[in-house]
Amino acid sequence: MIDRRSGPDWFAHAVLWTGILVMAFPVYLTFIASTHEPSTIANGQMPLVPGDKLLETYWQTIFVGPTRTSRMPVGAMMVNTLVMALVIAIGKICISIVSAYAVVYFRFPFRRTAFWMIFMTLMLPVEVRIYPTYNVVASLGLLDTFAGLTVPLIASATGTLLFRQFFMTIPDELLEASKIDGAGPVRFFVDTVLPLSRTNIAALFVILFIYGWNQYLWPLLITTRADMQTIVIGIKKMIVTADALTEWQIVMATAMLAMIPPVAVVLLMQRWFVKGLVETEK
Amino acid sequence: MEKRAIFRQRWLPYLLLAPQLAITLVFFYFPAGQAVWQSFLIEDAFGISTEFVWFENYQALFAQPQYYRAMANTAVFSVSVTVLSLSLALLLAVMADRQIKGANGYKTLLIWPYAVAPAIAAVLWLFMFQPSLGVVARGIRALGIDWNPLLNGTHAMILVIMAATWKQVSYNFLFFLAGLQSIPRSVIEAAAIDGAGRTRRFWTIVFPLLSPTAFFLLVVNVVYVFFDTFGIIDATTGGGPAKATETMVYKVYQDGKLGADLGGSAAQSVILMAIVVALTAFQFRYIERKVHY
Amino acid sequence: MAEVRISGVRKSFGDVAVLHGIDTTIADGEFMVLLGPSGCGKSTLLRIVAGLEQQSAGDVSIGGRVVNDVEPKDRNIAMVFQNYALYPHLSVYDNMAYGLRVRGTPRPEIERRVQEAARILELGQLLQRKPRQLSGGQRQRVAMGRAIVRDPQVFLFDEPLSNLDAKLRVQMRIEIKALHQRLKTTTIYVTHDQIEAMTMADRIVVMHDGIVEQVGTPLELYDHPSNLFVAGFIGSPAMNFIEGTLRRDGGAPVLEAKGGSLALPASTPGADGQKVTLGIRPEHLSISATGPASLDAVVEVVEPTGADTHVVAIAFGQQVQAVFTERHAFAPGARVALCPRAEAIHLFDTASGRHL
Repeated sequence: MIDRRSGPDWFAHAVLWTGILVMAFPVYLTFIASTHEPSTIANGQMPLVPGDKLLETYWQTIFVGPTRTSRMPVGAMMVNTLVMALVIAIGKICISIVSAYAVVYFRFPFRRTAFWMIFMTLMLPVEVRIYPTYNVVASLGLLDTFAGLTVPLIASATGTLLFRQFFMTIPDELLEASKIDGAGPVRFFVDTVLPLSRTNIAALFVILFIYGWNQYLWPLLITTRADMQTIVIGIKKMIVTADALTEWQIVMATAMLAMIPPVAVVLLMQRWFVKGLVETEK
Repeated sequence: MEKRAIFRQRWLPYLLLAPQLAITLVFFYFPAGQAVWQSFLIEDAFGISTEFVWFENYQALFAQPQYYRAMANTAVFSVSVTVLSLSLALLLAVMADRQIKGANGYKTLLIWPYAVAPAIAAVLWLFMFQPSLGVVARGIRALGIDWNPLLNGTHAMILVIMAATWKQVSYNFLFFLAGLQSIPRSVIEAAAIDGAGRTRRFWTIVFPLLSPTAFFLLVVNVVYVFFDTFGIIDATTGGGPAKATETMVYKVYQDGKLGADLGGSAAQSVILMAIVVALTAFQFRYIERKVHY
Repeated sequence: MAEVRISGVRKSFGDVAVLHGIDTTIADGEFMVLLGPSGCGKSTLLRIVAGLEQQSAGDVSIGGRVVNDVEPKDRNIAMVFQNYALYPHLSVYDNMAYGLRVRGTPRPEIERRVQEAARILELGQLLQRKPRQLSGGQRQRVAMGRAIVRDPQVFLFDEPLSNLDAKLRVQMRIEIKALHQRLKTTTIYVTHDQIEAMTMADRIVVMHDGIVEQVGTPLELYDHPSNLFVAGFIGSPAMNFIEGTLRRDGGAPVLEAKGGSLALPASTPGADGQKVTLGIRPEHLSISATGPASLDAVVEVVEPTGADTHVVAIAFGQQVQAVFTERHAFAPGARVALCPRAEAIHLFDTASGRHL
């Protein structure tokens, strides 16, 4: 249009597809590996097409687990991870939406201070305060529990900021009309604010679910029992340094299983995902 | 920015804020405060008594060559990943922006790596580049290069950089694409009429207008490399070989695991905290200035 | 010689045909306005002349050269966009200098041209400012400055005044017209505002649904509209239309409409029994005595604007507007006889819309 170009932009398409293929290649290989015999893989003879062990490998992975390392069925690990991700996502949303509501719609002493306290948590991800936080959790007796796994991660302010920003854009007239109609703060919240926040909640849910599912350092520290392992930690434990002992096909199958839920969430909820990413970074 | 219409209750807001404040205090401020306090202490060998030693821990830290090593590793890591992932993402975004229809399709096909855990990404790349059985490793060895990230520190660093970049490109791509799509078409058309060809238009008009986005991504990427890459390192090289891939965050983890030097580990944490605060503050201040419209 | 010739231009976006064959020539130095409602294709046509869109069929030539395959930057045109499209990160000076820099114009020459344009448009004080620090009218002038410094063969304006408030619009209209008189560059100007068209144009192309309805000078379109659309589009308040049937029983022609009839001048064309629409402009009605040649009307609303008086009345079962320069103090409900000026009566065939 602006520049005379007859036909589609071949160069651009080529670049984009190269990018897509490079992105997808590691995952493709992983999938291939999860369908072959372990000996084929270990010999370095693995071909680039799927093998015939798909059902067998995945069955063993999900319901039995690796034979030589932890003997934990990956299916159980997935359940752990799912619980963790959901608790983190839902917990964070609940806490931050009511906090944002309090900060925006009320006037009270120390309001500003409270807000800043919450805001500051953005500055420091958990990796920076791991050992002291670990000590606190340990002294509360929460090691190897879901509570210990999830609650410290709910602390940060991402959601609160998002909701506060959003609440600021809700017209004052809505509140005034509600008041005239006789609604108190709880009513207003449930009947008006919550429905209006639906897209923001969806967007935040996608981001937080991925965040929770993909947690590494924290579960690594907090859980020691095999039955509390999350899938992301579980994988690491399967890779033993003497590679001859690593059951690569199980590792790869586990990797596929670890990727599917968050990727599925991103693809199915893409619109909210994009919105969530953009909004939480402001 | 204050709301004009509010509620008058006194106690309800405190109730609403309580959960978040409680968790924040217990799991954030208290540990952070502990870390700062501990960084000024030395524990004796038996863990019985502690002594307040002001900045000795910090001094000891800066006397360790390993600490400088960790800083160097972190720096090399951040710069490489940032530069690589930003340029690749920009290229892809510019190409995608050229498509009038189909830009959304490409978006879907390129943003999903964001959902993959860093540790998983690491496992994928580890698998490809495993010296003995990795598909790509085979190819590299066939070229005559003795590829071995288990023994060669540089190779290990390259592996980790590739895994981290792979993940980060999709995030950057999303933001660059959004930035490109927010430039009004008429400005580009005006430049075309003014006589600027495609390349010139990009460097004199598009890129300057993209700079707030680029700047923002720069800071985010650096923070990402500092912290979120812990999983990648742990799952692939474990900080090795011979600490070749040990970043500052990883060092905190390693030193604390051994349990011997609580003060030193705390001091490291405090330094990292300071860096993040500086980066975030820097970002807030300068981002606002540069927004054009 | 910067004549612009558009022949047989058609344009479709996918299955949707937007332009159905446009033929028109804009003479060298002429100020031509493309006028029409939203969606009529005028902006598309302008963009095709600019080279920002490729026509599906037909030719465009500028200065005698066919430019169908020529890139916008090589067509020697300059364009002023509706939302100004200034480069946000460049100063006013750099905005105007951009096109010259791209072409490798030597620095002193750039300086000379930009200063000259700044002088003409009174932008001298603003040269170092950024667009976001300017008001709407100032931005518009910078956009025009950017176009002037290029010294093109043709200026293209795409609804440049739509984003300005009413008062500013009037002022800018005068400035653009004065600029044209000074520079005498061929100009194609797109707008949906017929007042802009009437006041600024040498000639107007009235467009509707992708075709040209009529081309002519403003007064030609005002006095001799060739169809219902043009008649109703030009002039404010709009022309009154009364539908009815033409009757010629022996004597003078008569318009039979709902609830009455109106005697027409003897020279009126048209066949007996033809369904016709009578058109008469509000300013061509005068108060007279009741008679066969006047409309029996009942006053509804009187709007005195100070300069004139607008009266809205009901005649033949519909609203009829009249504008008088004299002051009248009618009460709502008063009966009044409105007599149309004989030479100003238009008759259109109701089915085809064409002027008889």
